[in-house]
Amino acid sequence: MGRTLLDKIWDAHTVRTEEGGRCVLYIDRQYIHEVTSPVAFAGLERRGLRVARPAQITATVDHNIPTVDQHLPIAEPESRRQVETLAANCARYGIEYFGMGDPHQGIVHIIGPEQGFTQPGMTIVCGDSHTSTHGALGAVAFGVGTSEVEMVLASQCILQTKPRTMRITIDGTLRPGVEAKDLILYVISRIGAAGGTGHFIEFAGEAIRSLSMEGRMTVCNMSIECGARGGMVAPDETTFAYLRGRARVPQGAAFDAAVARWRELYSDADAVFDKEYRFDAADIAPMITYGTNPGAGMAVDAAIPEDADRKALDYMGFTAGERLLGKPVDYVFVGSCTNGRIEDLRRFAHLVEGRHRAEGVTVWIVPGSKAVEAAARAEGLDRILAAAGFELRQPGCSACLAMNADKVPAGKYCLSTSNRNFEGRQGPGARTMLCGAAVAAAAAVCGHVADPREVFGM
Amino acid sequence: MAIPKFETFTSGAVPLEVENIDTDQIIPARFLKTTERTGFGENLFRDWRYDASGAPVPTFPLNDPRYGGRILVAGRNFGCGSSREHAAWALADYGFRVVVSSFFADIFRNNALNNGLLPVRVSDAFLAEIFGELRRDPAAQFTVNLEEQRFTIVSSGRSVEFEIDAYKKRCLLNGYDDVDYLVSIGDQIAAFEAARK
Repeated sequence: MGRTLLDKIWDAHTVRTEEGGRCVLYIDRQYIHEVTSPVAFAGLERRGLRVARPAQITATVDHNIPTVDQHLPIAEPESRRQVETLAANCARYGIEYFGMGDPHQGIVHIIGPEQGFTQPGMTIVCGDSHTSTHGALGAVAFGVGTSEVEMVLASQCILQTKPRTMRITIDGTLRPGVEAKDLILYVISRIGAAGGTGHFIEFAGEAIRSLSMEGRMTVCNMSIECGARGGMVAPDETTFAYLRGRARVPQGAAFDAAVARWRELYSDADAVFDKEYRFDAADIAPMITYGTNPGAGMAVDAAIPEDADRKALDYMGFTAGERLLGKPVDYVFVGSCTNGRIEDLRRFAHLVEGRHRAEGVTVWIVPGSKAVEAAARAEGLDRILAAAGFELRQPGCSACLAMNADKVPAGKYCLSTSNRNFEGRQGPGARTMLCGAAVAAAAAVCGHVADPREVFGM
Repeated sequence: MAIPKFETFTSGAVPLEVENIDTDQIIPARFLKTTERTGFGENLFRDWRYDASGAPVPTFPLNDPRYGGRILVAGRNFGCGSSREHAAWALADYGFRVVVSSFFADIFRNNALNNGLLPVRVSDAFLAEIFGELRRDPAAQFTVNLEEQRFTIVSSGRSVEFEIDAYKKRCLLNGYDDVDYLVSIGDQIAAFEAARK
């Protein structure tokens, strides 16, 4: 019987299997950040252990840091201490560290692919659930807890049960005005916030193949929002073209040799998945969420379903059956590991070009990395944004989880290109509606929820 | 660094009849700024447990004196969202030893097991039975026996078997820890690396 892409990569990294099926899985690369690593390092120290393979670890700061005035020391003492702790741990164990101000700093899931650390066929973990992002390059990448971060620091391995396999095929072509974010919000709304639990998803089909690398990252990023262990796309010419020339991939003939190996990474035609879903790209419209989990999504011009969760609607201040079009918006957030890449900023900037920010709307545009920020400036996006009344901030996780000062006040509405609309996610009492860059742009210039296809004539 | 051994116990339980409880509710992100793993219990379910002024919300089950014990019973898809292990630390720090639900998010389940917090998965029907029991008698008692993989409603004697993989069961019963184990097979890992090159 044929094997799935997950089978091929997983089996090639299994050192041994324990009684009951748990695998000792070898990890090619671990990414670490300031929030979920300090306790793991402290554990290592208590045990008197060293970091087993420091060269296979990459560290950066993202969750906690401010997105303005990054040249100054972090004002908030606890945040500053976490960042300093990471820097000290990296120095002590010889781990490559991209701190604040470093041209390679950024959200961990943005910088990994950007610099070419993430490559097809790898196993990758990070103490962050959105590690699934890296699966876009054909890697097995998943989020782990801090005990597991410590396991990998100590041994370069992790104990893990092999997930079941799921394939989600999206046939056809996305309609104009519909982006990768809409695709994944649509999928989650169809299979539910727990629909992927226990599974590893392979995304396939014409609509996925047609996505850019960055769009695929947006899709894989949110696999965790349907509960899946991770998501992946088999590498193809788009992947190889994206990787060629990046700093940390093999160069020259070695790159061509790597591509020859990467071409073997696909699910066999006769491979059987534990679960399969198939959707038609033509059914997907620009999406928005109305509830407090990412599965509560609908087309931006649709009405809230009658059977929507009452507790969630009470929190959001919505009622079943009503439409969100025209609802006032207080905040717009463009950024995060979901939509903080250059294509997202480009899309937003080009849509708002020649228009102006709506009165009373606070807009945070946060690049995912220093490299994204530099590219945006080099392309003149900062000037387009400034002319339209927007400002480009400095890279970090920002209002996606509101650990820094970028918090939405209680009761206020935020249209957010991030990944979670949980209660209080963007600040205590904050009300989040998730969407893609185009829906965010429409709200930013209209001041209320609007259909980007109409606003921008898409 | 051993985790505490898991021994059979009988206790009351706290019902939290909400589905899709994400780890942002269990412990909000603003409390993740510490570099220690202790002290999270006081902020467990912070924004459901206390109002904006910091006063306890009397209707929240953790604030309801009729409920108590080392077992949390929650609606399906418990622990979804962020991978923060702080959620498991907060539950354990508060004093819970077992979480019962009809469905657990994957990362949370692993995090719980790595901290001696046992996730007990039961059917939706049995979960409803437990909630029903706690509505009838908030002081109802339950027995958790990991050796026999059995969860029992004491008053009715109704019980179910729950699943756990053999490796993790052995770890919990003996207080073993994955890091110690992985370090102990370091030679095998090195041999695996050498063979790949």
